[in-house]
Formats: sequence, C-alpha cells, structure tokens
Amino acid sequence: MSLLDIKNLSVEFQTAHGLFRAVDGVDLEIDQGEMVAIVGESGSGKSVSMLALMGLLPWTANITADRMLFDGIDLLSISKKERRQIIGKDISMIFQEPMTSLNPCFTVGYQIMEVIKEHLGGTKKELEKRAIELLGLVGIPAPETRLRAFPHQMSGGMNQRVMIAMMIACNPRLLIADEPTTALDVTIQAQILELLGELQKEKGMALVLITHDMGVVAETAEVVNVQYAGQQVERQDVVGLFDKPQHPYTYALLNALPERATSKRLPSIPGVVPGLLDRPTGCLFNPRCQFATDKCRKEAPDHASKVLCHYPLVDGKPTNNHPGVSASDVSVSGGAV
Amino acid sequence: MLRFIISKLGVLIPTFLGVTLIAFSFIRMLPGDPIELLAGERGVSPERHAQLMADLGFDRPIWEQYFSFLWGILQGDFGVSFTSRTPVLEEFLTRFPATVELAGCAIIFAALIGLPAGIIAAVKRGSAFDHTLMGISLAGYSMPIFWWGLLLIILFSSPDMLGLTPVSGRLSALFWIDQDTGFMLIDAFVSDEKGAFKSAVSHLILPTIVLGTIPMAIIARQTRSAMLEVLGEDYVRTAKAKGLSPLRIVGVHALRNALITVITVIGLQVGVLLAGAILTETIFSWPGIGKWMIDSISRRDYFAVQGGIVLIASIVMTVNLLVDFMYGLINPRILHRR
Repeated sequence: MSLLDIKNLSVEFQTAHGLFRAVDGVDLEIDQGEMVAIVGESGSGKSVSMLALMGLLPWTANITADRMLFDGIDLLSISKKERRQIIGKDISMIFQEPMTSLNPCFTVGYQIMEVIKEHLGGTKKELEKRAIELLGLVGIPAPETRLRAFPHQMSGGMNQRVMIAMMIACNPRLLIADEPTTALDVTIQAQILELLGELQKEKGMALVLITHDMGVVAETAEVVNVQYAGQQVERQDVVGLFDKPQHPYTYALLNALPERATSKRLPSIPGVVPGLLDRPTGCLFNPRCQFATDKCRKEAPDHASKVLCHYPLVDGKPTNNHPGVSASDVSVSGGAV
Repeated sequence: MLRFIISKLGVLIPTFLGVTLIAFSFIRMLPGDPIELLAGERGVSPERHAQLMADLGFDRPIWEQYFSFLWGILQGDFGVSFTSRTPVLEEFLTRFPATVELAGCAIIFAALIGLPAGIIAAVKRGSAFDHTLMGISLAGYSMPIFWWGLLLIILFSSPDMLGLTPVSGRLSALFWIDQDTGFMLIDAFVSDEKGAFKSAVSHLILPTIVLGTIPMAIIARQTRSAMLEVLGEDYVRTAKAKGLSPLRIVGVHALRNALITVITVIGLQVGVLLAGAILTETIFSWPGIGKWMIDSISRRDYFAVQGGIVLIASIVMTVNLLVDFMYGLINPRILHRR
C-alpha cells in the first residue's frame, strides 16, 4: 500500500465570476521514502492540491476526490480534530516565504517546541534539548543561542532552516515542500535542497517537492508529476521525463531550459496559463501547443490516459495519426519568436 | 532597550514644553477678567483691582509670568487656585481618584466586551454575529453621550421605570466613610458601614456604561479589523500546518500580532478618559477632574486651569509612553528596529 494515495482530486472555488476549478483530476501516489516533484508554471494548481491535502484551504474551497488516503486513513472523511493530529506530525509542509511564514512575535525556539509539545509532549527541558538538536540537524550554527532569536534577527535562508526543523520535529512520514527555495538566493537554494535531500534519506521520509524549476527536479526527484492549469498532464520517473517527454507541455518546458537552448534567444512557451475567464474549450493547453489540431480545440483528452494528450509525443513527434503541423505553428514556440 | 527608552523620553520634553505654553496662553486668551468674576456682582474698586492683580502677579510682563509658571512646575509647585485658595496639585489629587476609578471601570468594561466581540466577529467573518456586532458598534460609536446618559438614567434610575440605580454622585448620603485612598470602591469596602460597598458599586454602573460605550465600540471594530488582517498572514497558515488547535491559532498566534493595534487603541482611549470624562462627569455629578476643569474655566481660575491641564497632559503622556513600552514587549521587532 502506498503511503499517500490520491485519486482524481479536484478543488473548486466559488468566485464572483462563477466556479473556478483550480485543481482538476490530479492523481498522486507516493511510497514511503520516495521523492516526487510536482512541476508546472505559476497558476497550475500545484500548491492548491497540496494545501487541499493538508486541509489548509479556506472554507470557500470545495474539495472532491475519488480517494484521498494517507497510510490507509481516509483524509476526506475524518473530522477536523483527527486531521489536526495528523498534520504537523505525520504530514508536514514547508512554505515558500520563510520570512513571513514564521510568527514575528515568538522566538524560533518557542515555535519549534510548540509543535513538539502539541503532538509528542514532554517537559520543558526535553523540548529544549530536542529543539537544539533539530536546529543543529538543519545546520544552524550555535543552536543554543539561536533558540532565543526572533525570526527578524535571522536571514531568509536561516529562517527556512528553522521552518524545516519545525516541520521535521515530529519525524513526519511525508514532508511537502512548496517551492522552498523560490524566495532565497541561488547559493542558499542549493544548500536548502541538499539539506532536504539528506534529511529525506536519513529519516526515510517521503518528500513532495513543488517547484517550477526543472533544474531542481533533475537534481533531486525520482518521480515527476507535471501539472498544467490544474490538470496533471504527465507522470514519469525523472530519467524518462527528461529523455522522452510525452506531453507537448513537458516537451516545451524542457526546451525552455537554458542548458538545452540551441538558438540565440532563449525559447519560451508563448502565452500564459489560462485563468478563470479565458479557459479554452477542448484541451486546456491547445492555445499554446505547437502541435494543436482541430480535435485538440474541440475535445478534451481523457483523464484516464497516462498522458493527458490526444497525440502523445515519441521522440518529440506527435503520434496517434497526428495530421501534421504547418511550419508557422512550429515557429510559434520553436524559439526566435 | 536603553536607546529605545531614551529616544522616547527625548520626544517627551518638547511635547511637555508645548503643553505648558498652550495651557498658559489659551486660558489668557479667553475674554473675561478673573478678578471681576471673583468679586461677583458687588464689583471691585479700581484700586483694589490693581492691588489684587499685583498680588496674583498679573501685572508682570507675560513672558515673566510664563517662566515663573514653568519654574514652579519644575519644583513641583503648580500654583494656588485663587478661588479655593488651595494648591492646584492638592485639588487635583483629591479629585483624580474619582476620575481614575470611573475611567478604569469604563475601560475594563469596554475591553472585556469589545475585545472578545471583535475577535469572534473576525473569526466568524460575514456571519450574523459579525453583522450584528458591527451594527451595534456603529450605533455605539455615534451615540451622543449626553442623550445616552439621560436615556439610561430615565430607564434604570427613574422610580417610575426600573428604579435600580442611583441618579448621581459616588455614594448614597446614608453613609459616611473615611476617604483614605479617594477610591470609593476601596474606601467603602474597608469601611465598617454595611452596604456602603454595594452603594458605591451601584453608583458606578451607569457612568461606567455611558463612558465605556464609545471606547467599547472603537475597541471592537479595531480588534476585528486587526484580527482579519493577521488571520490572512502566512504565519497563521504555518500555525495551522502545525496541527495546533483553533483556540491556540487565534488566541496565541494571531492575537499576539493583532494586539499592537488593539493596545494602541486602548491606550489612546485611556488617555482620553483620564483627561476627564467631562460630559459623563457632568451628567452624573461625578466629582472628578473633568468637572473640576469645567468649573475652573468658567471662573477663569488661571492657575487651576493651567496647572490642571499640564497635570492631565503629563498623565496622558505617561500612558502613551507605557503603551510604547508595551509594543516592545508584545512585538520584539519594534524594540530591535533601528
């Protein structure tokens, strides 16, 4: 049995302009000790799907799923109180902005000890000892003195380390890291990712890494989920994904990597992720897809298929009797636009 | 911390000098001759008038009068009221406990109701409770004090209506107790007179409600908006992700951050109330400093007014200083910011 088993997860928000489907039929299966990356542009519903799992979405969100099991526990049917006993302990989450994610009014020691006390208990001495241990573990120098520091007295990278210490304090079995390095500068990014990787191996945690950085994915993940506009478009192991991307979106994302660029200008995917008011009919990616046909513009691909596309790519070429594309279509996303 | 204190005190000195200047000059700008008001209808001869002016020092140049006033304050001498012939400081101190008692009860009443109401309204945003509370607080905020006080007196004190509470004063005339502290609640409590404490409490109820209504409305609204802002912050989401109870998330993580705004509001209100709840004290014949100031102004008692205003302003400034220090205790970022 997998540690986490999500099938056909959808999240809808009631907005002033009608129902908005932020997450649409996402599946996620993670085994103990596995590392999965969820990749996609901003607005593709990566964070929302994980916040739904944590139960951290506002009440305006309507969450549905065929299945949402953690270690055999049905997360959809348990009470709020039962969920509180799981999150922060067995499932925990690290956020994007370390500077604002810690409470400015309390010392970092207090904030770490608080979560241990809530889930595991212990005397003040034991809690303090454990907090110092954790701060040392995440690579904070002089942890005894840092215990009494406030978040504003430390750098962003240090705060993210504190955040990690706080979220691994109860030895979670699943850690979700929501773009943990986006707000940090590049040298610190590498350190934090390295730390997460080490902790994951050492503790045998499952790790979900949400990111839009393909470089990060290549370095860390075992399995990759690619999301677009709330839909999961492709799922592969990391080697397969980089070698043989099957969805045109994955293909385009990989082509946009500076390392792979062949033309003088960096290739990009034209347009943006559709929002609430500009959803296309048919496949959601069709307006930006270099291989889109009339079928793509009319019919949405089947959720049940492994790759969410009418014409999955093999070696960068569409299959399933694709009618062929005109040269002008290719140039749109090919590079020198 | 030391730098924080010094920088705060540094601001106080010019403020204090400004207050003395304003207190000194404003009462002198009012038309009306204090000597003639003192003499009353009989009038006073020009010679006697000049004599009295010289006695009180009003014949000296205006700047000399100001500096002698300032010099007196520095020595703790606020002058002698020329209508009651008692030192201004003494007059102030005999009345101040009455004001503190009333203001204290009013602010406690306001905070005890306003704070939880604001928190609940924020947590249950958009609910019937929220809408009702905001409606009531808007009404409370715009309530004319004079009308509200009289309304309550008619409803609760009139023998024809409920007849539950006394109309005015601090204690029933049936009792005679020693005013050792000046705080009627304490004095009545320690006295041997049976029922005196109950009487003191019943005299306080209506003025407390009347004086506390506006601060209560302000506190409720400010608490609500401060909490709403804080509840949307990332660290509240972190607290939820830690699996903490809603009570802990709202009461510890959110409230601590919202308190900055709320403490400011309460502090300002304390300042306002201590400065003399002029209307409330007048309606209920409450012998506090608000009523004393009004009486002194109408008598053109220059020394009482200027001394009284400086004393009141000093207290307001002290309260504000305490509020500043409390910021630092609640939110360490303020202490460390430089």
